[in-house]
Amino acid sequence: MVKESTLEKLKILADAAKYDVSCASSGTTRGNPNKTLGTAAGWGICHSFTADGRCISLFKILMTNHCIYDCAYCSNRRSNDLKRVAFSPAELAELTIEFYRRNYIEGLFLSSGVIRNPDYTMEQMISVVKKLREEHRFNGYIHMKSIPGASQKLVNIAGMYVDRLSVNIEIPTEESLKKLAPEKDYLSVWKPMKYIKQGILENTEDRKKFRKTPRFVPAGQSTQMIVGATPETDNQILTLASKLYNIDSMKRVYYSGYIHINQNDDRLPALKQPPLVREHRLYQADWLLRFYNFQVNEIVNDANPELDLEVDPKVSWALRHPEFFPIDVNTAPYEAILRIPGVGVLSAKKIITARRYGRLTSYQLQKIGVVMKRAKYFIVCRELPVSTVNEVSPETIRKQLIDEKIKEKDRFQLSFTFD
Amino acid sequence: MFYAFEQQVTPDILLHSDDVKPLFLEKSFPIVTESEKSARVWSALEKKISPSACHMLMLVWISELPEVDLLLFRYIYKAFKSTESIELNFGDADVLACANIYKKVNQSCHKAIQFVRFQKTSDGVFFAPISPDYNVLSLVAKHFSNRYADQPWIIYDTKRNYGLYYNLHKTTEITFSESPVDNSGKLKAEQLDSEEQLYQQMWKDYFKTMAIKERINLKLQRQHMPVRYWKYLTEMQ
Repeated sequence: MVKESTLEKLKILADAAKYDVSCASSGTTRGNPNKTLGTAAGWGICHSFTADGRCISLFKILMTNHCIYDCAYCSNRRSNDLKRVAFSPAELAELTIEFYRRNYIEGLFLSSGVIRNPDYTMEQMISVVKKLREEHRFNGYIHMKSIPGASQKLVNIAGMYVDRLSVNIEIPTEESLKKLAPEKDYLSVWKPMKYIKQGILENTEDRKKFRKTPRFVPAGQSTQMIVGATPETDNQILTLASKLYNIDSMKRVYYSGYIHINQNDDRLPALKQPPLVREHRLYQADWLLRFYNFQVNEIVNDANPELDLEVDPKVSWALRHPEFFPIDVNTAPYEAILRIPGVGVLSAKKIITARRYGRLTSYQLQKIGVVMKRAKYFIVCRELPVSTVNEVSPETIRKQLIDEKIKEKDRFQLSFTFD
Repeated sequence: MFYAFEQQVTPDILLHSDDVKPLFLEKSFPIVTESEKSARVWSALEKKISPSACHMLMLVWISELPEVDLLLFRYIYKAFKSTESIELNFGDADVLACANIYKKVNQSCHKAIQFVRFQKTSDGVFFAPISPDYNVLSLVAKHFSNRYADQPWIIYDTKRNYGLYYNLHKTTEITFSESPVDNSGKLKAEQLDSEEQLYQQMWKDYFKTMAIKERINLKLQRQHMPVRYWKYLTEMQ
């Protein structure tokens, strides 16, 4: 039975959970062979989009907002004066099922404040996912946060029920973490991350011997870093991220622009606006690392420790390396085509296949989906090349690209006011 | 298609027998569908192009866009004429046009899967109205019968006035004589399960709470969730 009190708890605990960025429901494909409830789609499905443009795929919720810790950046910290509530495992499981049956969500994203101690909190959370899988025979997606400091045994149990298990780093260096969250250290984050990694490796071995062995955290792990709360450079952040991606099971690193929630804490910068552009650039750089074969020191290094906020990291790299261009789209290898600004992974693949049928023109490139506005300075196609980065200077191109962006923005705003 | 190869002619336009004939007509060929011949064409086509390309052609047909028949004709004609596979020749206008229409229909399927909102009725059936851009209901039915295998459901296309009913065993087509829902896609209160409205309220509150006010970006929201889908979305009402 649902009660009015559930409604109130829902609002408080959703409000407390919303700052976690991850919402992905991808990475696991699971059918529904026993004709119970739920499937996992593999590519991820977003069911709604909130007014900030972020997707709702999973039912993102805290078990409780009680917390024994006092981390400066967190809205649930011990010293904040707010109403504390907690879901019972049965209540939360039922709510998840009812939302799922109405096609509101893809599954559950369960996180929690730390109540009593890390292990007790983990046990409570495990009891929710256990109920979902065993009592409700739920096959949908479950992402669970592993509580820093939880024991390996509990991490291993949780891993048998969920699709993704993750631990947030939050602060990109231990020094800053110590300052903002004196009760935490990096070890409490690395340890569960290692447990998950080990669990997945052991499970892979077991599954080679016994094919029916249930899967352990099939969608891997992810983590999140807060950007702009501490003085770390983009270089430090991305270097850490690329190291994390060396862990096989690490699927995603999320970047969360810092939002100034706890107004009365002078350890944190009083930002009026979260650093959204910087966050966006970090994601673009992250994409370059994962899908475009870029090395982290090509994007940021000691000479350029911060990402350029005005142009994207790929343009920025291209302008620093005019000697690499122009690239002939009709002959260059895939890796080189990927490096052209304005060409994405999909367009690059299409170029490779389409050019077998004939030399491509700029019109065809545009139809394929290449953003010619950016690409034109860096390529040669069937027509005579226009002035590329080597004829015009990188500085001029940079200026032109920025001007064009401003013009576009103005046009949008104009049409907006006269509507 | 069979006729075109047999008679060595290619059409400039394809018309239904009820269509008004254009003013200037050089020559017209009445074609009567013969299942045997069309099956021969289709099986020949299956040998010529990949299964995924066959699937693409089906979806392009489902788009019901004007002149899509002629586009498909040209695509298939080229596929037969060419010695190598034309599927990836995106430099060709017809191949690209097919790929783009396919993308749109596929997106429409995906949007239906994303934005269906079930309401639980007093007799335990989960009901959802949709009005997709393309006639995709049959394409998404399998997703829902897999996922909600243990709950009976109806998804009703209010634009095309038909729906699918899943009764735990099989899916059948149904039609209501009058629209079962009001303009915002809601069933009448007395038809609903006693807890339905509370869950709708919870979902709405949850949705509102999840937005971070420092990051409001309505343009991005509309980009992902176009306004034309809002009318049946519980959380947008």
